[in-house]
Amino acid sequence: MSAPIVEVTDLHVAFGPVRAVRGVSLAVRPGECVALVGESGSGKSVTARTLIGLTGDGAEVRAASLAIEGEDATRFGERRWRTIRGTGIGYVLQDALVSLDPLRPVGKEIAETLRLHRAVPRGTVAERVVALLREVGVPEPEVRAAQYPHELSGGLRQRALIASAIACGPRLLIADEPTTALDVTVQAQILRLLAERKRAGTAVLLISHDLAVVAELADRVLVMKEGEVVEEGPVAGVLRAPAHPYTRALLDAIPAEHAKGTRLSRTAAGNGAARPESTAGGVDGASESPPRVPPGVTPGRAHAGSGTGASALPGEVVIRARDLAKAFGGRPAVAGVSFELRAGETLGVVGESGSGKTTTARLVLGLLEPDAGEVEIDGRPWRGLGAAERRELRRHIQVVYQDPLSSFDPRFTVRRVLDEALAVGGEPRAARRDRAVELLEQVGLDAGFLERRPRHLSGGQRQRVAVARALAPRPRVIVCDEPVSALDVSIQAQVLDLLADLQASLGVAYLFISHHLGVIHHVSDRVLVMKDGRIVESGDVRRVFTAPQDPYTKELLAAVPRLEHAHGSSPHSADDRASDHRAPDHRAPARAHDRAYEQEPSR
Amino acid sequence: MTAVAIRPRRIPRAGVWAASLFVAVVALAALLPAVLAHGSPSDVDAVAALRPPGAAHLLGTDANGRDVLTRIVYGARPSVLAGLGATALAVAAGTVLGLLAALGGRVLDEVTMRLVDVLLALPGLLLALLVIAVVGPGTFNAILAIAAYTLPSYARLVRAQTLVIRRSGYVEAATSLGLTRGRIVLRHVLPNAFAPLLVVATIEVGTALVAAASLSFLGLGPRPPAPEWGAMLSQGRDYFSVAWWMAIFPGLAITLTVLSVTVVGRHLQRRVEGRLA
Repeated sequence: MSAPIVEVTDLHVAFGPVRAVRGVSLAVRPGECVALVGESGSGKSVTARTLIGLTGDGAEVRAASLAIEGEDATRFGERRWRTIRGTGIGYVLQDALVSLDPLRPVGKEIAETLRLHRAVPRGTVAERVVALLREVGVPEPEVRAAQYPHELSGGLRQRALIASAIACGPRLLIADEPTTALDVTVQAQILRLLAERKRAGTAVLLISHDLAVVAELADRVLVMKEGEVVEEGPVAGVLRAPAHPYTRALLDAIPAEHAKGTRLSRTAAGNGAARPESTAGGVDGASESPPRVPPGVTPGRAHAGSGTGASALPGEVVIRARDLAKAFGGRPAVAGVSFELRAGETLGVVGESGSGKTTTARLVLGLLEPDAGEVEIDGRPWRGLGAAERRELRRHIQVVYQDPLSSFDPRFTVRRVLDEALAVGGEPRAARRDRAVELLEQVGLDAGFLERRPRHLSGGQRQRVAVARALAPRPRVIVCDEPVSALDVSIQAQVLDLLADLQASLGVAYLFISHHLGVIHHVSDRVLVMKDGRIVESGDVRRVFTAPQDPYTKELLAAVPRLEHAHGSSPHSADDRASDHRAPDHRAPARAHDRAYEQEPSR
Repeated sequence: MTAVAIRPRRIPRAGVWAASLFVAVVALAALLPAVLAHGSPSDVDAVAALRPPGAAHLLGTDANGRDVLTRIVYGARPSVLAGLGATALAVAAGTVLGLLAALGGRVLDEVTMRLVDVLLALPGLLLALLVIAVVGPGTFNAILAIAAYTLPSYARLVRAQTLVIRRSGYVEAATSLGLTRGRIVLRHVLPNAFAPLLVVATIEVGTALVAAASLSFLGLGPRPPAPEWGAMLSQGRDYFSVAWWMAIFPGLAITLTVLSVTVVGRHLQRRVEGRLA
């Protein structure tokens, strides 16, 4: 086995009293991809940054040994680190838009790295930049090199960033959540690109919260929790037969890989007792109080609706959208969108960024006027209503956003947030406090949260408060716009379970918008697939996910990274996938006929 | 490896404490001058005219034998009042204009903002003099004049804040809840736009104070013999070669007050911004 490019043993990093990393040891060899997996606050990014000498101010770093290409890095000065960062180790960050200088064309950015480290003769820099862009699969590299980051799509930006990271031919590439901000089809391209680098002999250290992404790319995986590595091994072994309860909980919480109609979070069924194992890791989970089951809900039947399919739901129509069209500055954002949502049902809307999902939501919520078409809530159209009638109608349709924090007035406490919503719902002043406590209990929080401010809550708690606020005016339908996209997978599981419980007990309908196919599959009865402002496919969620008709739906489903790829080592093309045999896993019996993304073999 | 010592938490430096103390003393002088000085600021004593600072008169006496310290203490109220009043007036008017511009539609926005541009284009003191020329001198008119020239920055700030807040998640959330427009402005937009405004206003009080003193210096503020720092400075100028204390101490009072108010304001700004970040 070749010598590792980077090897660290017993790494400790502390920020004041916070011990972010505790005794991590890892080694990455040429042509190998090692993945650090964990939720927010698990210490994975801190570990990676320490490997390139960028731990940050105020950090206290200790390690038994740290070697980069066999050299003792504990004695590196700042100058040596700079050289290492440019030439020995390439670093790819999550958000290419903030990582690239907005005032410079991307070509110049890449050229700077080359010039700084004198990687190629002065005269050939421009040539090399174009070659690098071509290497990472940027079409028309000569044109793109002259463009600014905001002129490029997210996928192209990420490619440019990777081009800049590999410019000086580093032997190790650190990729910190390289695909988290990208659409699923673009993600597949970037993963393929990283796999190519790996095949070319570059060592890759991948940091991700997404086990499926890890399964696509990594050879070995380290599962981190609260600064420690809790499990480590070959990716196939760890994902198929996880030894540590935390890894098992992480795997269970992934909706894509989970049987529909079952719970995702490990809440003890029935009595709302504390979870048997700590599913929620990291900083976020640590402060999360165990969610309680709302009164009157039988958790076993949480997904009563989803199991039976749309035809079995006799509810009346609560939203009817007809031929909706909306254009911004001449560019159609939504065109010819029609659908119905019935009481107690969940209609999923899935699509990539720019597909018109959020515009559709805003049209339905009456926050935007359609250019054509009509939305009826409970049989009443938005169009033609006076201001007072519109306000009255708004009570029937509420919304939960992706980023709950920005949807709360920063000066408000939880009590004031709920109080305002209850006042609008016509609740008499005297009854509001009791109702507020009742709402908090419904979403698994207690009265102790009333005087807290949303910014002091964890992500999951904030989203619970957002759900409580949406429930306050007793709406018939809640529009959920990417409600779990910003949450860690275990917290996401809890919020999805909560939404299912509330639907079962209150009969509220959801218009559920997400770019995440696994989430959509898990929560929806019926689904709309959107592309470029149009619905390309719709129908029962099982039918659409198992036998997609539209080519785009097929492409979308094929691009989703899957855990069963853990047995292979590189991302497969869509064709490979259809004939993929399934690796057995630890939950195999429960999933025999209920596979999230099963596609019919092509005939 | 790098082992960087952890920096201690930044504590308010001595300067902030000293400035706060001075602001408190000025506030006391403005509210209860009798506590800090005995006698009346207009007690004339021809025998004791132009006495240098000494045991009987700590800061000396002026040409009419009036105690300079007493006059400075009693002068705090009109001086500070002009600064505070002008700032309050400018904040109020600026807020109204800013809200109108941001929420009143395109035409209103254009009209108010061009008006504000005109005000900004004129040099501050010149604008104040212009206002005085129209409405005449006097304490209240001086306040009006100063407010006119500090108002544009508040209007611009409120407008910018409101435009951001109007598109914020919480305003959209309030709209989806079904709150009325007026309620959203009162409960969400205004209070959130106001926080940064207050910080700027605290710092700007100093500017307004200097402007008020300048107008008095030119004889356009409170009428003599009322004690006022700017007017005292102006009178002291005539006696500078024989009685330096008549000009130096009122000048110091203005300088130190403005300095302290600014230091305290900056400190508040850092705290607020730290909290928002």
